[in-house]
Amino acid sequence: MSEITYAQAIKDAMSEEMRRDPKVFLLGEDIGAYGGAFGVTRGMLEEFGPERIRDTPISEAAITGAAVGAAMTGMRPVMEIMFSDFMSIAMDQLVNQAAKARYQFGGQAAIPMVVRAPEGSGTGAAAQHSQSPESWILNVPGLKVVAPSTPRDAKGLLKSAIRDDNPVVFFEQKLLYRTKGEVPEGEYLVPLGKAEVRREGTHLSVITYGRMVARCLEAAAALAGEGIEAEVIDLRSLKPLDTEAIIGSVRKTGRALIVHESPTFAGFGGEIAATICDSEAFFHLDAPVRRLGGRDVPIPYNKNLEAAAVPTLEGILSTIRALVK
Amino acid sequence: MKLTREKLLDMYRKMALSRAFEETAIRLFSLGKVHGTAHFCVGEEATGTGVCAGIELQDLIYATHRGHGQSISKGMDIKRMMAEFLGKATGVCKGKGGCMHIADISAGNLGANGIVGGGIPIAVGAALSTAMQKIDRVVVCFFGDGASNQGTFHEAINLASVWKLPIVFACVNNRYGMSMSVNASMNITDISVRAASYGIPGRSVDGNDVLAVHDAAREAREHARTKGPVLLVLNTYRIMGHSKSDSGAYRKKEEVEEWKKKDPIKRFASWLVEQEVAAAEELATLDAEARSTVEDAVAFAESSPEPSLDTVEQDVYA
Repeated sequence: MSEITYAQAIKDAMSEEMRRDPKVFLLGEDIGAYGGAFGVTRGMLEEFGPERIRDTPISEAAITGAAVGAAMTGMRPVMEIMFSDFMSIAMDQLVNQAAKARYQFGGQAAIPMVVRAPEGSGTGAAAQHSQSPESWILNVPGLKVVAPSTPRDAKGLLKSAIRDDNPVVFFEQKLLYRTKGEVPEGEYLVPLGKAEVRREGTHLSVITYGRMVARCLEAAAALAGEGIEAEVIDLRSLKPLDTEAIIGSVRKTGRALIVHESPTFAGFGGEIAATICDSEAFFHLDAPVRRLGGRDVPIPYNKNLEAAAVPTLEGILSTIRALVK
Repeated sequence: MKLTREKLLDMYRKMALSRAFEETAIRLFSLGKVHGTAHFCVGEEATGTGVCAGIELQDLIYATHRGHGQSISKGMDIKRMMAEFLGKATGVCKGKGGCMHIADISAGNLGANGIVGGGIPIAVGAALSTAMQKIDRVVVCFFGDGASNQGTFHEAINLASVWKLPIVFACVNNRYGMSMSVNASMNITDISVRAASYGIPGRSVDGNDVLAVHDAAREAREHARTKGPVLLVLNTYRIMGHSKSDSGAYRKKEEVEEWKKKDPIKRFASWLVEQEVAAAEELATLDAEARSTVEDAVAFAESSPEPSLDTVEQDVYA
């Protein structure tokens, strides 16, 4: 085991895959000499050269479409959208092209591409650089969605995403880039579609992913002192979704709280709640399924307002206390 | 450029096949046998055929929603194409795409696109992949005058020019984006001048002259292969409405009649006869053969099974 940052884990995943497979290459804005807006690709230009670390003009639709076309014709592109908010500019290429080419052509095409998309608030970048837009993507058949919370998962899931023959949108957590964690030495993969129990508990299941995992674990640790044992499930992959892990945990605990940073309204938490209520876990429920997500507001600039726009530690604590009362 | 008799007659055959396919498709609509819509390239046949005749077998094309002629000219099997039009299991896309989203990737046809301008960045990606894998081929990206007003056109052509990719941007200017005339949709009269913004050659060609289109495509291919992108504008006219539901209220009948006189197939036929490449009777035989090929395709499609319902969730993911 060695301890590295989340950003380093992502870079290591890409570098290892590029060394393994000459068809893997990177494209995106300022990923070359600049090293990426968050420094994730720093040093990769020196190792792999400009042919495989391709700096692009500021043209999100062209970057995404070029990745689709390259993927259709034998390459395995890993593209970076500098901020996941900018996916909106590339939405046709993602939604109407990448996601649909295989199906509408009767299975003739495979689109093995990864869209790296840094997301989340907390950086003071305000409304157009702070969103968590996974719900936009999750409603599109044909796209897979991943949102790792630790360096270990970031590396293992990205390697799996690069080897997957489908378009995978890989949501990176901006505030986690500098966090450190242990990763195994040598080659390993984390499969898409498998959740991980981060903390076992008996009184309720907290189902979360991405940046909110650490906050939920902090809440669970604090509540243990009050005699509340919360089980924390990190989904890691949002699509495919590990429904078994969710249902199994809620059957055991009888209570569920879903926490994510993206807006609650019409958000992914609703899907998870429905997954619970459509299953036999419903008959084990001792309380209504609760959701805690972002407020129905654009992310504001002011630090205090920004923090209040997404689930807070206090909010998680009080919701759990009310749920298990 | 002097072409062999065999090549010239093959070009004529492709154009005749495209026309016969669409005339039959229109008949099938009127018989209520089609679930969906279609966009016809009647009068534009010289563009798809001329370009595909001017490139090589290993080259890739990216087609448009008005792409019957492009697909036929790139060699798509007529039976499987008609079966796709009728949504059958034997269709080239297993009945999942219809003719607006038809592709034959193994034959070098990366697919038609239902989004105007949506395919241009993808074609650039295919050209990037071609360059990175050092494959000796070019990509031809078909799109229309309407698509040249989309952001994707400008983003993609800029990217291709910066990376000097082996791609020919083939703009089929049929003078209408649905109902809007090019006179109203852009402040220029020659779309090829847009190439100057990207520092690449731009050329405007009579899109109803299949030989001129062929020669221009041939030259553009050579340039693309060795020096980078070219913008080729093929000026033609959309004789039919935009799709099946078009009353034509936005243009004068006289205008359409004027362009009907410039029919690219008749024009090519006259040339072939004048140059003594083929006798009129021989061309009439080719026309009849084209119609009979399409009738066989209709019979094949009509006798083909519907896709089984258990295929509805197939091929979403690889």
